[in-house]
Amino acid sequence: MAEIRVEYFAILREHVGCAHEALSTPATTVGELYAELDQRHAFPALGRLKVAVNDEFCDWETPLRDGDLVVFIPPVAGG
Amino acid sequence: MSHFEFKRERFDLASYQVLLADPVAGAYAGFEGWVRNHNEGRAGVLHLEYEGYEQLGVKEGERIIAEAAARFDITKAHGIHRLGKLEIGELAVWVGVSAAHRDAAFDACRYIIDEVKHRVPIWKKEHYADGDSGWVNCEACAAHAAEHHHSSPQEST
Repeated sequence: MAEIRVEYFAILREHVGCAHEALSTPATTVGELYAELDQRHAFPALGRLKVAVNDEFCDWETPLRDGDLVVFIPPVAGG
Repeated sequence: MSHFEFKRERFDLASYQVLLADPVAGAYAGFEGWVRNHNEGRAGVLHLEYEGYEQLGVKEGERIIAEAAARFDITKAHGIHRLGKLEIGELAVWVGVSAAHRDAAFDACRYIIDEVKHRVPIWKKEHYADGDSGWVNCEACAAHAAEHHHSSPQEST
C-alpha cells in the first residue's frame, strides 16, 4: 500500500467536491489509481486526460511510491 | 529570473516589457489575450474564472520559452497568465519577445502562445448571463465521451 496525495483542479475539483485528498492505495501505477478513484468518485469522462506525479507530466504506467503527489489533468484551456 | 509566471491580480504590462529591452534587440513582438464576451458562437459571457496547476504550469511555461529560444534567434522572452476571476476586456495572457530582427520576434511569440494554450495546465470557466457556467474544453468533451461510452483515459489520449 502506498500513502499518496491527490490534488484536483477545475472540473474534477468541482466533481469530487474537494481540492485534495490523502489516501492509502493498493494501486501500483497511476493508471490503477485512476481506476480505483473512478470507482469511488465516478469521474466525468474527459477525453484527453493527462496525469502528473510530483509536479511533472508522466505516463499512466508510472509506478506509485509513498509520498507521491498525483494530479489528473483535464483538457486545458489557457489563453 | 523566471520567464513564465502566474498572477492573481492585474499588473502593469509596461514594467514587464522593459525587462525585454536589450542593446542588441531591434524588435519587440507582444501578444495580449483579452477576455471576450462570447465563445464558440455563444454570446453572453459575463466573466471568466481561470484556475491553474501552478507548480507544473510554471515549469511547462519555462520549457516552452526555452524551446522558443532554441528554435528562433531571439534575445529575451517572457509570459504571464492571469488566474482567478477576470472581467470582459481584461488582459488574460501576455507573451513578449525581443529579438535583433522582427521575423524571429513574431515567430517566437506565436510559438509560445500556441504552446501555452495547448500545454500549460490552466482551465477556464465561463459564466454566462443566463446563469449557466462551464469549463471550456471539458463540458463538451465530457458530453461527447458519454455519448460514445468512452471510459478509460489511457485509451483516449
